[in-house]
Amino acid sequence: MKVTLTVNGRQVTADCEPRRSLADFLRQDLGFTGVHLGCEHGVCGACTITLDGATARACCLLAVQAEGAEITTVEGMATDGELHPLQQSFRDHHGLQCGFCTPGMLATAAELLRETPSPTEAEIRERISGNLCRCTGYQFIVDSIADAAKKLNPRDAP
Amino acid sequence: MKAAAFDYVRASSVDEALRALTDAENAKVLAGGQSLVPLLNRRLARPSLLVDINGLDLSSIRRTDGHLVLGALTRHRAAETSALVSRDLPLLTEALRHFGHVAIRNRGTLGGSLAHADPAAELPAVAVALDAELTIRGKHGLRTVSARDFFTGTGQTELEPDELLVEVRFPVLPARTGHAVEELSRRSHDLALVAVFATVTLDEDGVCAQARIAIAGAGPTPIRAIAAEESLRGCVLTPGLIAGAAREAAAATDPADDLHAPAGYRRDMAAVLARRAITRANGSAR
Repeated sequence: MKVTLTVNGRQVTADCEPRRSLADFLRQDLGFTGVHLGCEHGVCGACTITLDGATARACCLLAVQAEGAEITTVEGMATDGELHPLQQSFRDHHGLQCGFCTPGMLATAAELLRETPSPTEAEIRERISGNLCRCTGYQFIVDSIADAAKKLNPRDAP
Repeated sequence: MKAAAFDYVRASSVDEALRALTDAENAKVLAGGQSLVPLLNRRLARPSLLVDINGLDLSSIRRTDGHLVLGALTRHRAAETSALVSRDLPLLTEALRHFGHVAIRNRGTLGGSLAHADPAAELPAVAVALDAELTIRGKHGLRTVSARDFFTGTGQTELEPDELLVEVRFPVLPARTGHAVEELSRRSHDLALVAVFATVTLDEDGVCAQARIAIAGAGPTPIRAIAAEESLRGCVLTPGLIAGAAREAAAATDPADDLHAPAGYRRDMAAVLARRAITRANGSAR
């Protein structure tokens, strides 16, 4: 089946079988290799993307379901060569170690900061509990998200 | 971890979905897909056809004659953040926070969760606790099944292969009702090892007019602990009375042994969680 969708602001069309997962479609057919596949059954969160404004597990969606959708992958977070404040913060705080969980962590954190601009540490930990870091580098990731929140919302900072 | 091949139809009306379900030998309905797609990926489900109902207009949340009616395609996250749900069915709002992580709640649907009928999932037990009614469309029209009759076994429901669950009707909770969800799971937002859902409604004198207790993860279907509820009705709830009702609730369970917990542990935990849930529901009803 033909699937037309918008990825990182660019409209793309490609053919795929109905059984193709959105994760495989984005990664293998469209070349957005920032979509990482870990468990492929919704547990690890590595494939988390933003679909029509809300996070989703790309492994738990079929590509054919994304017809007409607007998707943001990690490749779409930076603008004009400027890293997203979350990306910069992950860099500053050593929040990416092997980098495998990072794209999913960034999508999850970006949604958290949209909904809760000044999250507590507990709220950050709760939100990223659906994204597994195989380096167990959670503390640096929590620090990264907390710092990005401060930079994005300096007035709300405690 | 790749699904076997299947055909796919995107239904544009309930009638079209029903026709596709009737015509195919081994069709499955695709709603949020958060339970079904993992099963497909692991080839534990191998349907010949998926009928995608995401294009249907079945996601409204509305209040009618003492009921809150939620369309089958209502996403978990939409229900969780709905002011109507938190006002009229706060037990559901609290329970929704235990469902999968946010990315999963963004996609998962109420109807899908009920039709999937996982005995360790929260929503089937909430529906049983709150005496929900499920509206089902088939080729001969609409029929209604109470949540208590809907679940017939692990993954088994009253739904026929050519029927579609279209909405869930929850009676709105009366005034002076407290609620609580107590859940034990191996990691946050995972399916429950055991979970207890309770409401307590007090009369003007602080006497328990009605208690509702349902348990997930302790049998092939959600369990409604009727004897425990009856033991509380008409009484001012004391710690001793609540502990007795909690033991009664645990006695109504029928847990199985599995990799993660032996049956005896689940039964003991059902009593512990029921005591906590009834205590907290009673406390918040005042």
